[in-house]
Amino acid sequence: MKQDRIIHAALTVVALSAIGGLALITAFIFKEGLPLIVKVGAGKFLLSSDWYPTEGKFGIFAMIVGSLAVTAGAMVIGAVFGLGCAIVLTQFCPRRAAGLLKPAIELLAGIPSVVYGFMGVVVLVPLIREHLGGPGLSVLASSIVLGIMVLPTVTSISVDALQAVPRSYWEGSIALGATRWQTTHRVMLRAARSGIVAAFILGMGRAVGETMAVIMVAGNMLDVPTSPLDAVRTLTSNIALEMGYAAGEHRQALFATGVVLFVIIMVLNAVALHVSRRRGERAAA
Amino acid sequence: MRLAPAHTQRLVVAGLWVLAAATVGVLMFIAAFILLRGLPQVTWQFLTDEPHRMGRAGGIFPIIVGTLLVTGLAVLVAAPVGVITAIYLTEYTREGRLTAIIRFGADCLAGIPSIIFGLFGFVFFVITLGMGLSALSGALTLSLMVLPTIIRTSEEAIRAVPASYREVSYGLGSTRWQMVTRVVLRSAMPGIGTGVVLAIGRSISETAAVMLTAGSALRLPRSLLDSSRTLALHFYTLSREGISMSNAYGTAAVLIVAILGINVTAYWLMRRFIGKMG
Repeated sequence: MKQDRIIHAALTVVALSAIGGLALITAFIFKEGLPLIVKVGAGKFLLSSDWYPTEGKFGIFAMIVGSLAVTAGAMVIGAVFGLGCAIVLTQFCPRRAAGLLKPAIELLAGIPSVVYGFMGVVVLVPLIREHLGGPGLSVLASSIVLGIMVLPTVTSISVDALQAVPRSYWEGSIALGATRWQTTHRVMLRAARSGIVAAFILGMGRAVGETMAVIMVAGNMLDVPTSPLDAVRTLTSNIALEMGYAAGEHRQALFATGVVLFVIIMVLNAVALHVSRRRGERAAA
Repeated sequence: MRLAPAHTQRLVVAGLWVLAAATVGVLMFIAAFILLRGLPQVTWQFLTDEPHRMGRAGGIFPIIVGTLLVTGLAVLVAAPVGVITAIYLTEYTREGRLTAIIRFGADCLAGIPSIIFGLFGFVFFVITLGMGLSALSGALTLSLMVLPTIIRTSEEAIRAVPASYREVSYGLGSTRWQMVTRVVLRSAMPGIGTGVVLAIGRSISETAAVMLTAGSALRLPRSLLDSSRTLALHFYTLSREGISMSNAYGTAAVLIVAILGINVTAYWLMRRFIGKMG
């Protein structure tokens, strides 16, 4: 039918807009950022900590370390709480309690990052400053705030993974006399392992990419952090802080920071995709 | 000493419940903290007055308008594109190389940090296409950002429509397009609505991408090409630059109430959809 073919063609064109958008984003970020990386030299750009945009010195090593430190800390919290909530929701939760916990976690995902950052500044930072010392604005504060922010991501993907485990696994284990926790720990978690790993990796992507909350609680210092109580600047906050007034090479350098961030995120996405696809193949086999 | 399995279980489960309770506790704490301090600031005048002296005094009327403009437009662009993509993926093609590419695109978009969207929107919409820092640039940037959410939820909703509906529609002699628009979409509507509502929520919460594309003018936007500040960015500016804590709390309270409303709506739509399909 002719009409059907026209509709089909039109739908195909529209359906390509997601991949088209991705291609545009990639092209423009690299087009703006890559020339500066080439000019400064990739080694120097990535491994030097001298960031003096007005003198033409662009090194983002301290920010890469900052991003990694903050993300690592966030993942400890996000993984423990996120997986804990997922286990409670799928294995140990009466219906009524799940009806409270699940919307609560979804709501946590909906709260704007500026609100998290603000709560960090008003509540968490003074606590850290008074009880642990240092400026308060720190790797630790950012890790806690980001950990709470990635929790919903980790929980929802882990819940999917745990629910995808065939019911017969659970029944078999219980029938063999294992307790529910032994079943959860030795059968369910093991069977859902790759999905849970994917959840952690996607959570990491979230933490690396978060901007506004981190600007507010990380302190934004340009030094390589040596303790969890040190202030740091991350790749994302570097871009957001300086984009407002940057021009010329300085602006290019911020796009170059974006290129590095983009590559990190794409690698994490690819790993997560690979891990969860392997799971799909095994389930099909 | 080894604990008996039953004791271990009791300990572990208690620990897990503490984690879950702490999570709910954090949420309650944040909501209560903001609402208790913010709601008293939210008067009719606060909602309908212009900000004075950079937001030190006055209200947030232009910012509410700006937020509605940017989010509304973003979803208006993203929703049709997302739903059509979902229709294509579910009804008009078989799984193959092309669908794999489209899904890959959507998955990657979903993972890209908002600041990267901001950078892209800034060079592409603001500078290259010459739209300037405007509601339009911000909305188009956000529409790319929320596209994956809409695609995924619509696809799930469409897939949940029973095959028998389609067979009956074909049996009555309808074309594929009639079947899709009059039967499948109609049944999947609450599910699609959930995705759209969640996308609205994401756009309202967004700050970094909007900051680099929509600008931060405090005036009432008169056209789509005017710079317009959103609630999230206004809250950020007020609190970060220490302009006015009371107005910052008021803005945050409005933001939290909006997010609560959006989540409740999404939840209600989802319930309705599950009720209808199950």
